[in-house]
This record gives sequence, structure tokens and C-alpha cells, in this order.
Amino acid sequence: MPTLKIPTPLRSYINGQTEVPVSGTTVEQAMQSLMTEFPSLRPHLTNSAGQLRPFVNLFLGEDNIKDLKGLDTPLGPDDILRLVPSVAGG
Amino acid sequence: MIDSSLAKVLNIRKGFRGNMLPELSREEILRYSRHLLIPEVGLDGQRKLKASSALIIGTGGLGSPVALYLAAAGVGHIGLVDYDVVDESNLQRQIVHGTGMVGRLKVDSARTRLLDLNPAIQVDAFNEPFTSANAMRIAEPFDVIIDGTDNFPTRYLINDLCVLTGKPNVYGAIYRFEGQASVFYAKEGPCYRCLFPEPPPPGLVPSCADAGVLGILPGTIGTIQATEAIKFLLGIGSSLAGRLLLYNALDMSFEYVKLKKNPNCKVCGPHPEITGLVDYFEFCGVPSLDHAEGSLGAGWELTALQLAKKLKRGDKIRLIDVREPHELAISCLEGAQNIPLGELAAHLEELDSAQEIVLFCKSGTRSARALEILMSAGFRKVKNLRGGINAWAREVDRSLPVY
Repeated sequence: MPTLKIPTPLRSYINGQTEVPVSGTTVEQAMQSLMTEFPSLRPHLTNSAGQLRPFVNLFLGEDNIKDLKGLDTPLGPDDILRLVPSVAGG
Repeated sequence: MIDSSLAKVLNIRKGFRGNMLPELSREEILRYSRHLLIPEVGLDGQRKLKASSALIIGTGGLGSPVALYLAAAGVGHIGLVDYDVVDESNLQRQIVHGTGMVGRLKVDSARTRLLDLNPAIQVDAFNEPFTSANAMRIAEPFDVIIDGTDNFPTRYLINDLCVLTGKPNVYGAIYRFEGQASVFYAKEGPCYRCLFPEPPPPGLVPSCADAGVLGILPGTIGTIQATEAIKFLLGIGSSLAGRLLLYNALDMSFEYVKLKKNPNCKVCGPHPEITGLVDYFEFCGVPSLDHAEGSLGAGWELTALQLAKKLKRGDKIRLIDVREPHELAISCLEGAQNIPLGELAAHLEELDSAQEIVLFCKSGTRSARALEILMSAGFRKVKNLRGGINAWAREVDRSLPVY
């Protein structure tokens, strides 16, 4: 199964885990499976219309999915997806 | 012959050689000898640093190491922007300030320290919030801008300023054990808005004041920012432009992701919507000033003294502490139920919307978010304790520590 790495600000919504296995063969399916498993994560990642919020960035390896095929980007079983959050602290 | 000698004398008097870079004094040659030994810096590089300038916005966790290293490295002109005063809780990470400076203006404290470190440089202090009204004026003389702020509104302002003026934005941001760094230089690559077109809505991302931060973390990220600034000023090496560094102190991992220019970017794209500076206080949500705690309408807040009065006369109030469990060891209110913010949504069924509820956290920001969650679930008899348990510790129960 592909793996999703979760940044610290969102870990409290996934029981403190640093990464979780996600199911699906596209980024979209993986995100839906994640948000079904952890519903309290949903408002942090999607807007009321269900679209990914503009400040949520997903990277497959080193590449932003926006530079690939967006949510339709295919996922292989060994792929690592990473959420890169907006962080303001200084 | 006479003219040429005269010109040479005049140039030496002005402190410039043929290439118009300032000369180094004998003292400076000694001070910077370890730089002069590196071929990539050398005498000319050190003279470049002497002629160069850097504006550091924020003299907190990130700004501290940036300012110290740039001053030590001999960057000739440093600007410092901050509006805050030094507080005891800063000293765990803001290493440019000392205990003797508590209560003093941060820019004055930092300026004093930098000039002690390197009296030959010029340090300009700007004791004012960085806003659309003063940003252009303050930044105008500086070669490179370093983002050491702690809030989204200023980060977007710095980015837009750098795009509009063609200056590099040396970016760093931190959260608990994780840090990010990059160089956003729209002339050559992506800007901050290419990655994050819009800031998160109110309260979605907690600040360091609410979430905490490992004191060393800004040291690591700030030192990387200082490195990138020095490399830019010297024109050496490969910068972080086009890459975002993701640092995790717990794993001791340094990972990178690629950043590309967003063709639809509102500020650096080919058809920009943003052509001037704007302030984001209105919709950015996250408190733009570190001490602007819980900025809800007054109707949804109550003060520590008001809460104390209600409790004393026996009002039935359900107190909900939305802090993390480990914070209860620092301070707690008798009778309060701990439901961490992240778990609140899952516990709504246990709460009675007919009962009066008061939410609190450390300083009022997380509980403001909790209030939004309850409001959107239909709760109406709910209030946020303004200033959190810290306000209670200051105004009602002085035996409790403020943190």
C-alpha cells in the first residue's frame, strides 16, 4: 500500500502517527480513504465543496502532484505521498 | 602620472579600490581571516559582504541566529524589524537577547548585541510592525530580505514585496520539531505564493505561542537562512531556490521537494492580480501579532474576572480545557474537563448544548477554534475565556504559573 507522511500539525487527527498506509491507485482515492478513516482530518484538507484547500500541498516523492496529474496522479504500492503544510512559526 | 596617483590616493581615502568595493581595514583583515582563507570568499568576497545589506524581519527565534551570523560574517548593513519587547518566554530560543534585556525593545536589544559582536557594521532598528504602509520604505535599501516572522500576514507581505521589488526572500518557518527553508526569488524561480497561494483560514494552524517549539529548532533553520543569505550576497554555490528543505529534528532528517513556478500565480505569474502591497489582517485569521490572543467578538468571550465571579456565585458552568494533556501538569482549573482541541469534534455528543460552557486553553487561540467547532455544531451557550488560563493566573489565581 502507498504511504502518506503526515506533518506534525495534523498528527493529532490521526492518533499521533507520523505516517499511515493509504489505499487506492490514485492520489484522489488515497486521500478519500484517509479522510474516511480519519474524518476529523477532512476540514483541514478540503473545503466545503470537497476540494483540496489551496494551502494543502501533496508531494509524490519530490514532485508536487500539481506538477504531475493532480489528484489523478497514479499511485503505486511502494509510493510515498507527503503532505507539506503551511507553517508560520518563527 | 600625477593625475593617476592623485586618483589612487583619493580612492584609498574613500575606502574604495578600482572595482568600487570598500577596502578592509587591518583590523577587519584579522577579524575575517578565516573567510579570507576560503577561495570562494577571499578578500573580494569579504569586501562584497562589507558592501552588502540584509533586512531581517522579526528578531525572534529565526531572526536571532540570522542576525548574529550575518553580523559576525561582516555584512556591512543590517536592518532589524520588530515591534515587540523581550519577554522571559523568548529566551529559550531567541538567542540574540539576554536576561538583562527583558522588557526592552527587541530591536534595541538585538542592535546592542550585534554591535557588541561587530562594531564596524551599521545596524538600523525599525521598531514598528511591518505593514503595506512601511514595507517598501523599510526594504528599499536592502539587497536581501530574510523572513523570520511568526505569522502568515507578514509572510505574504514579505513575499509580495520581494516579488514586486525583485529581491530574494530567504524563507524559514518552524513548528515544534519541524522546519522549512527555501529561497523564493521570483526572478529565477517560484515564490511563496506559487507553493501556498492562500493562507490557511483562522485558527487552522496554531502559532508557536500555542503549539510550542523546540528551542534549538529556529537555530537550525535560522542558520540555514543565514547561509543562504551569505551565499546570495557572495554569489556562490547552489541556492535553495526551487527547492523546499523539510527538516525534522526528531528524525534528524533533511529532505527536499521540488518547487516550480506556478503559471497562475497571483503575484509572480504572467498575469498578476496582485500589483501592490496589501495587508492580510482581515482574512488571514491566525493572530497577526503574537500577543493578540483570542480575537473573537466580545459577545463570545468572557474575562477571567467575569468567570471567577460566575463560579463564585455558583453558576453551573461546564469548563472545558482544550489544551494537550501534558499541559495540565503546568496549570489547571479545578473542575475543568480536558478535551484536547484535536479530539473535540469526536466528543460533541457528550456535551449538552443547553448547559453553559466555557472553553479555555493557554492563551485563548485554540479555545477560539474550539468555540467555532461548537458554534458550527449548533451550540450557542458557549464562551471563550479571553487570554486563557494564563489570564486566570494573572488576574484571579496568582499561585498558578504563567507559561
